[in-house]
Formats: sequence, structure tokens, C-alpha cells
Amino acid sequence: MTDTTTDLVRLSATETAGVIARGEASAADVAKAHLDRIGAVDGAVHAFLHVDAEGALAAAREVDDKRARGEEQGPLAGVPLALKDVMAQRGVPTTCGSKMLEGWRPPYDSTVVTRLRAAGVVILGKTNMDEFAMGSSTEHSAYGATHNPWDLDRIPGGSGGGSAAAVAAYEAPLAIGTDTGGSIRQPAAVTGTVGVKPTYGGVSRYGLVAFSSSLDQAGPCSRTVLDAALLHEAIGGHDPRDSTSIDAPLPPVVAAAREGAQGRLDGVRVGVVRELSGEGYQPGVEQRFHEAVDLLRELGATVTEVSCPHFQYALSAYYLIAPSECSSNLARFDAMRYGLRVGDDGEHSAEEVMALTRAAGFGPEVKRRIMLGTYALSSGYYDAYYGSAQKVRTLISRDFAQAYEQVDVLVSPTTPTTAFPLGSKLEDPIAMYLNDLCTIPSNLAGGAAMSLPCGLSPDDGLPVGLQIMAPAMADDRLYRVGAAVETALADRWGGNLLTQAPELQEKA
Amino acid sequence: MSSITRDEVAHLARLARLQLPEDELEHYAGQLDAILHAVARVTEVAGEDVPPTSHPLPLVNVTRPDETHRSLTAEEALSGAPAAEDSRFRVPRILGEEA
Repeated sequence: MTDTTTDLVRLSATETAGVIARGEASAADVAKAHLDRIGAVDGAVHAFLHVDAEGALAAAREVDDKRARGEEQGPLAGVPLALKDVMAQRGVPTTCGSKMLEGWRPPYDSTVVTRLRAAGVVILGKTNMDEFAMGSSTEHSAYGATHNPWDLDRIPGGSGGGSAAAVAAYEAPLAIGTDTGGSIRQPAAVTGTVGVKPTYGGVSRYGLVAFSSSLDQAGPCSRTVLDAALLHEAIGGHDPRDSTSIDAPLPPVVAAAREGAQGRLDGVRVGVVRELSGEGYQPGVEQRFHEAVDLLRELGATVTEVSCPHFQYALSAYYLIAPSECSSNLARFDAMRYGLRVGDDGEHSAEEVMALTRAAGFGPEVKRRIMLGTYALSSGYYDAYYGSAQKVRTLISRDFAQAYEQVDVLVSPTTPTTAFPLGSKLEDPIAMYLNDLCTIPSNLAGGAAMSLPCGLSPDDGLPVGLQIMAPAMADDRLYRVGAAVETALADRWGGNLLTQAPELQEKA
Repeated sequence: MSSITRDEVAHLARLARLQLPEDELEHYAGQLDAILHAVARVTEVAGEDVPPTSHPLPLVNVTRPDETHRSLTAEEALSGAPAAEDSRFRVPRILGEEA
């Protein structure tokens, strides 16, 4: 690999678009450099389930042709991106990390993909994930785990571990993730990258394979806050094809990121959530988090502690609501119209084929959640479990509303711990679920939230994420505060956190 | 909260159309029981007066103009089918022998 191609993969999305717009490199060169990088490191990282070299180069050439014709192009034209394998892309395998959809090629594009194409973004391929986005480590993928680029023996987070690892390993400057209980933010935290869960309804879910429809939200993964804002703007906004899409202008996220990068946060009121700390939190994570809070004060923000007393019930409510919705959503995998079919031998009935297929096609975590949801929704248990969980959801939304009367944004660690070793929590579902302790409240209430790197934990040298939360449709606040923190930390570190990551061995 | 038995898991698996082998039923019974005990605390906190939230957005009956758009062709719709015949999905028999 030449120095030039190495340089091209290290650029941010913003810088990459600039290089292409100025004609210093073609979009095709940029795509090739990233495809080479994937070829060199993805054997070790396993961020991708499918690499679409042909499609990527064709999209890149189109950007180059438009530039040659002098056409006006958007701020991400020619920038490569990794797409989580839960998003439908026409003609490209879309598995959701499941054997159930092995070999399935969607006959249509999701709205996110349609918008990416319109923005001239070059889609490199599909990234690994926990099966149907259920998990916090990518170990529930039917195609093997993704490895954390900081330490290949550790988890990259989940469910969007492939997207976060691709960004952290310089395989793509941008990626799309989806966040139902933290699947964008937790992987961002443990890989030292930026991830944003937009306001629920802020980005269209059309063509996003549904897991838990009242919680699922697609959003950007990147190495910088400004890059996340540009991607957020490219994919966000109302879509008539998604009835839960918010019919209002997107908050000014890019302007907010640029304003934040100026550095000062005078007049911004920050609340530290008292309940998201203490027992179960790694000391090194808490230390870096407290330093980030001190930094917010230095930048001029007013910091107060706020209490959200019902957050302690969020995890329990989530693990009733999400499985309940999943048990209903995943009923569509019935072996009739697409996907796997097992036992169609002329002897078995349609119903038997359905049951045989679902047993063969779904992995253990998906089966657990389907049965848990079936239980929680069954007569006799509905009120006690699903009904109570929905009430807790109301109480959590009220906690947020009260907090936002006093402050503009809330902060917490993104995850209670840094990346744990692969395999260490696989047999203990409850230990795995605890990873989402801090991220779940925003999903339940539908607000916006970001994770960005705030340092390396002194106890193990692994990345720690700072979570910033904002009310629904106030996504711009995340970007203002996030960019200010990012800028101050980059000054302190002499670059972003990923520059401190160990070099991955490149395969010749 | 009641604990979840092997027979209940078998019933849930039937309802969810999952043909699970016998030895897995016991395994899932233990795990589901542990998860249900861990989440049962949701029942402790909310009183009668708290309304349930099913969805973060207060949306009711979102409609769009009734206009036709391009939709999938039969060929596209069948492109992922496990089996197709005469431009239709071919499915295993639906009715039992006695029907």
C-alpha cells in the first residue's frame, strides 16, 4: 500500500469530500484505497459481511463524471460508507446477521440508501451485526463476531459492532448504524468513535428490517462530530413512506457542530444524571467521565446534578417492550415469501415448515427474545409485564421532561465498562443486557443521544464514551456540545483518540 | 411472579412457531426464568394512575394522498421466494389430511 492510499483512508469524511471536490484525488481513487484497506485488515477485524467493490466503484465513477461535467454536488459526494446489514439495499445481500436471510437480495432500496445515493455517498458494503440487531457484542451474528480494532480479542460492541469497527479500523470514514437500545452508541463508545441516535422519527425506517418498531432508529457513525452531522443531515428528515417519520424540518445539526467547534459553551446548562453512576461502573470509566464533566465546566457550561429516579427501571422495561415488539415483528419470517425454508418435502404442512424453518434460521438470542415477548404479551401476563413496562416508559419520559426544565442536555458515561473480552458474557444474557444501562432511557423516551470518545480508561487503556442526551428534535444540542468537547480534547491529545489506537497488521 | 417451567417454554415455542428439540426446552426455561425475575421489578413502580406509553410520538392515523406509485413487479416480488410457480408463491400444503 502506498503512502497516498494510506493517507486517503485516514481522512475524515469532510476532508475526503474536500480532496475530491478540489480534484486532488478522484472518488474512484478514494473508493479503491478503502477497498484495499478492507482487503488488508478485514480478515482480522471482520467488520464486513459483504463487500460490493463493483457497486462502490460504479458509484464513485458517477461522482467523478458529475464533477467532470461541472455539476454541483453535496458535501459528502464521493465519501465511502459502510452500511449496517439491517438496511435494505437493492440487489445487495442483506442478511441482518441471520441465517434466516442468507442470500436474500432486496428488490428495493431503503430510504436511507436512496438518500445516500442522492448525496453521492459511495456504499462499500454491508457490516456485521448481532442477529436482527439483538445484542451488545456482535457475537450473536450467525456469521462470526467482529473484533475490536483496539484489541482484537475484545468485542466491538453491538449490535452495530461491524459499523463501528469499520470506522475505527479506517475501512470507511462513515457508517450507518441502528439504535434500538444503544446499538449505535455502545459500539461507538467501546471503539473510540462517534455515534448518534437521532430523535425517534428523525430518520426514516422504510427499508430498515424491524426489530422493535417503537424504539428502532437509524443514525450516523463516524470518527468526528462534524462528519456525523453531515451524514445525519444527508439521511434525516421526513419520509412519507414511514408513518412514524416526523413531519418537521431537521434540526440544524451541521451548523451546531460548526458552532461547537468554536470551543465555548457559555450559557449551556448540562445535567449529570445521578442514577447513571456508582455500582457496576468501572472506576476508569467514571474517572474519564468526571474529567469530561470538568472539561464542560472549563468550556463555560453550567453543570448541575439531576435526578431521574425511574431510570433504574429502564433496563427492565426495555427487556419486556423490545422482545414483545420483536416477537410480533419477526413473525414475518414464515418461510413463505422470502428467506430460508426448511422441511418442504411434500410431507410437512406449511405450519410445520414454518416452525422447522424458524428453529433452524434463528439463533439462540433471537429465540430467547421471541419467546420472552410471546410470554409478556400472553393473556394473564400482559398487564403485569408488558402493561407495567409501558407505564414505566411514561415515568421515564416524565423524568426526562422534568430534567430538561432545568438543563439543556444530560450527560453520562455511554457504557458502564470498556470493551470486554469476546466470549466472556455470551452464556449470561443478563450480564450482556447490562451494557445498555445508560443508553436505553433515550430509546424509551424517543429523545436524541450521542456518544463520543472522552479518553482511555486508565485501568485497561481502552476507549471510554461520553453520552450526551437531548430532548426530541433538539439533536442540534448534541452536536454543539459534542463538537466543543471533541475540539478541546483533540487540542489536549494532539489529535483524535483513534490516533492512539494500535496499528492493525496489514495483510499484503 | 411465577417461575417459568419447561412445559411453559414448550407452549411458548409452539405459539411462536419454533420447533425446539427437547433438550433446548430445559435450557431456555432456566434462562427465561432468570430474565423474567430480573425484569419483574417493573411491576413494583407504576400505580394505577400512570398511563401507558406505547410509542414515543403522539401520532394518530397518519395518512397520505391516495395516489398510485410504482410498486414491485411480480418478478421482483418473487425474486426472494423459496419456491415460486406460475408467477405465484408456492407454499407447502396448508390443510391437514382430514380436511
